[in-house]
Amino acid sequence: MKLKKNIATSETGFIFNPATGDSFTANALATEILQLLKQDRSPADIKTLLLNRYDVEPNQLEKDWDDLVAQLRDHQLLD
Amino acid sequence: MSPAADHRPRYVIGVTGLNAIDSPGPGVAVIRALRESPDFTVRIIGLSYEALEPGIYMHDVVDKTYQLPYPSAGTQVLLERLGEIHEREGLDVIIPNFDAELPNFVRLAPRLAALGIRTFLPTLEQLEARDKLNLRAFGEAHGLLVPQQHLLHRADELAQAAEQLGYPLVVKGKFYDATVAHTLEQARKAFHQISAKWGLPVIAQEFVQGHEINVAALGDGTGRTLSAVPMRKLYITDKGKAWAGITLEDETLLQLARRFVERTGWRGGCELELMRAADGRLFVLEINPRFPAWIYLTVAAGQNQPAALVRLALGLPVYPWTEYAVGRMFIRYAWDLITDNHEFHQISAFGEL
Repeated sequence: MKLKKNIATSETGFIFNPATGDSFTANALATEILQLLKQDRSPADIKTLLLNRYDVEPNQLEKDWDDLVAQLRDHQLLD
Repeated sequence: MSPAADHRPRYVIGVTGLNAIDSPGPGVAVIRALRESPDFTVRIIGLSYEALEPGIYMHDVVDKTYQLPYPSAGTQVLLERLGEIHEREGLDVIIPNFDAELPNFVRLAPRLAALGIRTFLPTLEQLEARDKLNLRAFGEAHGLLVPQQHLLHRADELAQAAEQLGYPLVVKGKFYDATVAHTLEQARKAFHQISAKWGLPVIAQEFVQGHEINVAALGDGTGRTLSAVPMRKLYITDKGKAWAGITLEDETLLQLARRFVERTGWRGGCELELMRAADGRLFVLEINPRFPAWIYLTVAAGQNQPAALVRLALGLPVYPWTEYAVGRMFIRYAWDLITDNHEFHQISAFGEL
């Protein structure tokens, strides 16, 4: 899973798709995930990191992860 | 210490389209662009049709305004009026900005050039090719996707058109105005309103769901695109006009603009009005033969199209731009300009201010 190369993200959670002109605001956790994706970290890596960093059950993380991916895909932000 | 002398040439430029209203003409935006040219300074001569065009009263934008005869008066009357203005002002260039006046200016271009007034306009054939009435055929000939459309001369032709196009459909005037109609009754009402204002035929066009994108482009008349800047409308008024927009990065939009300019050998500014459907297909809704009202955004993005057009008109070299800033936005606003009624009387009674 990769963010499109031209997608601009900021540390404050602002996301801009220059191809469509759409912009979005992400919450803190989604912002962190997007930053990691921009660093070319794999989904497995990111999930491991989140499980270590936050008090979250693996099942819950998977569910939230799938929700985020679906939204990113809906908004044409993924390659 | 006195400020450094400005050695740039100074051009006297006539500009129409001073109606900076809710369905704005491009004139004020064009002038703003010209005033920001690094290559020249300007004296702006506003050319108006109506006494309440806001640009007439914007004295930091327009230096002097003269009223012109309506396009329906024909070319001879227009030429005489422009001749009078030229004698007093020494016009170097005129940039007309209304669709309806363009044919007259195109016909007069050689005679204006003989007086020393330069223009840089499309040919009558180019105007005709992209005309709303011919756009569908033009699209078919050049591989551009254009929504289906029917030309209507009578309101009772609407029902048959609607049967083929389905609802909603778009009812459009041959020069301006468009209304989305969801029922036959709404379509009939729009037909009567639009035909009363803009004449016949009225266009019934297939409605395409999607987001609206426009491209402002400049062609040098040999098929070369000197500039193309795409903009997505972010806020649309009830008249379908962009009240806010943002520049986009999308090579397919630039390719479409280049294809249009290349196939027509387009000469001058133009605006492609596009609809990106949910499945990604790009429909051409209209091609306007002049700069759009949002043209100042091209300046903000790094491509000053009006200033480049002046250089073209004067026979100066212009090189194609290759880059523009993506994510630049405009947000239009309304402003109550205060003036005294003697100014209104002056332009109304004497045709100049």
